[in-house]
Amino acid sequence: MTAVEWQIVGFTICVAALSTVVILPVGLALAWALARGNWRGKSVVETFVTLPLVLPPVATGLILLKTFGKHGLGGFLQDKFHFQVIFTWRAVLLALSVMSLPLLVRSARSAFEEVNPRLEQIARTLGAGGWRVFFTISVPLAARGIVGGMLLAFARALGEFGATIMVAGYMPGKTATISLAIFENVQLGQDAHACRLLGVSVVLAFIAVWSSEFFLRRRKTS
Amino acid sequence: MKAILKTVPLLTCSLAILAWPLRAAEVTVFAAASLTDALKAIAANYQKQSGDKIAFNFGASSTLARQIEEGAPADIFFSADEAQMNRLERGNLIDPATRKNLLGNSLVVVVPGDSMLRIQSASDLTNADVKKIALADPRAVPAGVYARAWLEKLQLWPAVESKVIPTENVRAALAAVASGNVDAGIVYKTDAAISRNVRIAYAIPRAEGPDIRYPIALVKGSPQPGAAKKFLNYLSSEEAGQVFAQYGFLLRP
Repeated sequence: MTAVEWQIVGFTICVAALSTVVILPVGLALAWALARGNWRGKSVVETFVTLPLVLPPVATGLILLKTFGKHGLGGFLQDKFHFQVIFTWRAVLLALSVMSLPLLVRSARSAFEEVNPRLEQIARTLGAGGWRVFFTISVPLAARGIVGGMLLAFARALGEFGATIMVAGYMPGKTATISLAIFENVQLGQDAHACRLLGVSVVLAFIAVWSSEFFLRRRKTS
Repeated sequence: MKAILKTVPLLTCSLAILAWPLRAAEVTVFAAASLTDALKAIAANYQKQSGDKIAFNFGASSTLARQIEEGAPADIFFSADEAQMNRLERGNLIDPATRKNLLGNSLVVVVPGDSMLRIQSASDLTNADVKKIALADPRAVPAGVYARAWLEKLQLWPAVESKVIPTENVRAALAAVASGNVDAGIVYKTDAAISRNVRIAYAIPRAEGPDIRYPIALVKGSPQPGAAKKFLNYLSSEEAGQVFAQYGFLLRP
């Protein structure tokens, strides 16, 4: 493994982890609203959240490129705040977050739905406020589903390709993730590099799946 | 909940690592894939002398131009053809005062190193034993556009077109030939020189082939205009010219 390869691996893990953290508050809020709320336009929001899961990733990437590109929101951010999104690491974060959000929302939502509303009502009768009920009753009881969703989202982020190549491009040391690097290296006939990164991917995938199994089993017995 | 709390140190670590490379000032050069090896060698020399860091984004000039149009943070654009540079100039995205044609190049037909194929003229590409020809995408990527212009001039393009395997950039065409997955490829002379797994079957005479020019310019709104200007001047220096020549590029006065 060369220094560049290590950088790519480290970068991929960090951005994937960061994207999981970034989508957590949004994801939980959405999951909660979809599980418990009964409001107008719920099905529309639900569909929009799920869209990145169903659309071709490249199409989602194009939407992000147009939205955050020079002629969209990105131009405004760049002129007013000198804040660059497209073709920087922030674009990678953006792509990974959007692509992995549906996985978190879906699994957290069904976890919230399985929490017995009676328990929440009892906590309220004992004087707990809405936030307290959420953090001390709903979230702990739904924790397995939430953590499962986070792991799924993280794993999805690790392997994201289509949206990332559109909004961030392949720039070693800046926006290159493992998936992009494997593709580019094969394109350029550098199969040895690609195979080393492939090895890393297998190890990462193994650790992710194995640790989630381990974690979920422990929760069951405790 | 515990699991959520556990992610906090992870967040801090990620933020720290991600923020790190943003501090160092560096010049970002978007350059044609064919310049990869020569520019890396030149930048290594330059970094030692000046202390400025040079970061590269190599790819098809058409892809790079598109990225700059979308607002990618670039300081210098070094294109393999004038069409892509013109496109950025029309969009008011480069500084025309800094634009100049720095290098020239020529095209060659390459075959896999162990191939028995003999190509003595352009029309041999239409022979039945040449089934697949790798080419940088002839609709946009300079190397492919040049190759297509050459074959069109000889009125051979219609016969060759169906054999073309378009690739993302010229280095990908070279790799396709080196791997033996295609029968032949058309790449720059400078690309053929860096691969041990390909053989030059036919060097296209300069009079027959298109005039290949590599324009360079400063990108407007460059994040590091001062340092970028310095590196741009260095690329026109005799010292850099020697390295370009070593890699087989033609120097344009």
